[in-house]
Amino acid sequence: MEEARRVISVIVLNEASVLSRISGLFSGRGYNIDSLTVAPIPDSKYSRITIVTAGSVRVIEQITKQLHKLIPVLKVYEHADLVEKEMAMVKIPLSESISDIEALAHAYNGRIVNVSSDTLIVMVADEPYRIAHFLEAIKRFHPKEIVRSGSVALER
Amino acid sequence: MQISGAQMVIEALIAEEVEVVFGYPGGAIMNVYDEIYKQNGFQHIMARHEQAAVHAAEGYSKASGKVGVAMITSGPGFTNAITGIADAYMDSIPLVVISGQVPMSLIGTDAFQEIDAVGISRPCTKHNYLVTDASDLARVLKEAFYLARSGRPGPVHVDIPKDVTAQIANFDYSKDVELETYKPTVKGNVRQIKKAIDAIAAAKRPLLYLGGGIINANAADLVREFSKLTQIPAVETFMARGTLHHADPLLISMLGMHGSYAANMAMSETDLVIGLGARFDDRVTGKLSEFAKHAQIIHVDIDPASISKLVNAHFPIVGDVQNVLETMIPLAKEQVDPTRYDAWHKTIANFNKLHPLGYSEEGDRIKPQWVVERIGQLLGDDANISTDVGQHQMWAAQFYPFSRPRQWISSGGLGTMGFGFPAAMGVKRADPKRVSINITGDGSILMNIQELMTSVEYDLPVINVILNNNFLGMVRQWQTMFYDKRHSSTDLSIQPDFVKLAESFGGIGYRVSTKEEFDAALKDAVEKNVVAIIDVAVNRFENVLPMVPAGGSLFNMMLEYKEK
Repeated sequence: MEEARRVISVIVLNEASVLSRISGLFSGRGYNIDSLTVAPIPDSKYSRITIVTAGSVRVIEQITKQLHKLIPVLKVYEHADLVEKEMAMVKIPLSESISDIEALAHAYNGRIVNVSSDTLIVMVADEPYRIAHFLEAIKRFHPKEIVRSGSVALER
Repeated sequence: MQISGAQMVIEALIAEEVEVVFGYPGGAIMNVYDEIYKQNGFQHIMARHEQAAVHAAEGYSKASGKVGVAMITSGPGFTNAITGIADAYMDSIPLVVISGQVPMSLIGTDAFQEIDAVGISRPCTKHNYLVTDASDLARVLKEAFYLARSGRPGPVHVDIPKDVTAQIANFDYSKDVELETYKPTVKGNVRQIKKAIDAIAAAKRPLLYLGGGIINANAADLVREFSKLTQIPAVETFMARGTLHHADPLLISMLGMHGSYAANMAMSETDLVIGLGARFDDRVTGKLSEFAKHAQIIHVDIDPASISKLVNAHFPIVGDVQNVLETMIPLAKEQVDPTRYDAWHKTIANFNKLHPLGYSEEGDRIKPQWVVERIGQLLGDDANISTDVGQHQMWAAQFYPFSRPRQWISSGGLGTMGFGFPAAMGVKRADPKRVSINITGDGSILMNIQELMTSVEYDLPVINVILNNNFLGMVRQWQTMFYDKRHSSTDLSIQPDFVKLAESFGGIGYRVSTKEEFDAALKDAVEKNVVAIIDVAVNRFENVLPMVPAGGSLFNMMLEYKEK
């Protein structure tokens, strides 16, 4: 069966339980959600949920149709031509070379955003595959903690 | 109007013109039951198990076309009800199920009789609500009824904490439902419909594939009109029985796993499937890659998620089947030549002649199929037929002479043993003038046998006809055919005395082993008009045939089975 990575955006009413309704469509089929981001859409009663998943094209199509059927769902976008970004933050000991870290972050649309007495935090925002590259490269600076945001996407 | 949450529930039910609620009281729902006690706007029927209450509401809904209402308490009351809710979800039955919940302050503390009810009902309801403030109740209940009956119908669950039913708040039921995110498509796309009619006019061997959505949409009359004017033959799914009159020459029969040879062959030979409110269930299609292999597919369905889910539709039409047929009929009158399909009719007649649906009499033992036919001969249109799940259910679907929609009440999608008896009570409540028959098996009947008490108390005289083969017959059949006769846990030789059982509840029981006894028992039960069990000893090893083994192709039917 044909497998694919898919980015789906869902516009939903801001209400309790809406996230479980959506995630349930995936978990009930044994499908994993690779990443998921939710935030309110400004000046509206809606939120935008961005879901990244992978699986058989047929099943994902079916899930998309079922998403449409959920009562609090306003719109579902199955993105084909999209701009997709993700961010990551990494905490690094201050003992590492700050200028090297700064240079690396710069290459991935990022910078150092916080420095405390013994650690610094660097953030980057880029395409998900580039974030993966960045996280590979940052390893040599002995990161203490890494957080990825999950994707957000807009149709071009 | 400032009233309590419990009073709001009553007011809403009355505003929705609910005439009967099936339920079972308990701690968390007591405030509402207290208000039920005080009112006389609707009847409350207390089932003897929450699952049965929901099945009764389903039977009532299926027979009447109205929204069925069930009421239960929190925790075990709710979990008992979930099988009924899931059953209604699978068969698109409009229900509003109201459950009590522990007070808001105790939610999440593992309180007595607490369970995350909306978490459990989420995947088997059309929608559900946890009401956290009584001022939301009017809106929520109004939405619940609207959602249950509109679009693709289904059960809606409303969970109300005990303190919310006690809370005093404003109640205004006059506001229209406003759901920006829910707008079911009712009218089919006219351009798509025109293309479909062109395809019908050009087809040589078109076939109407009629599904349960027709019954839900009250569209059987239009289907009859459409088939008559186009002379296109039809097969019915299990859920669509009664759409066409059994004597209609255009009706081939039921198709699918236990469909007739002619129906399944017609589906395999057709060049154009006209699917109306049917969802290409696996029990209908058999092996998907071989299903209607030579055909283009027109698929009319209210639910866009059903279209091209399993079988790719060449002409997808999202809409209410009644609405779509209203558009199709005048176009078909202009474009479709009803004499065009004569050769196709002859082919189908030949299929029918080759292997008609039937059974053979042998020995003195009553054949289960005969019982079904005999009920049909004696009661025909005067009976509504409910069933449980198993062999008896398939024989009922195959052999009963259905004459109208909503005459056939059975659990299709979920296949719930224990559905038949309580559903038949709901049917009797909805259609009291007709005889309510539950054709059942010796396995299924015990799954909601306690409803004998409800039937007696509320005078809902269901006649339970047990096709008793001392087996869980359908599983036994599969074990015989596919598991080398290892009858694992299916022998039901040890049984209660069903006659005494019925009598102990205040009903009436008959044990029957000859045809004469059966006729006499059925006539007597109809006359006595109390809840009855007719325990019919039938041939033990009878199989449901024809049969398409699971995953097989429709045209590869097992027409007879000889024990090795």
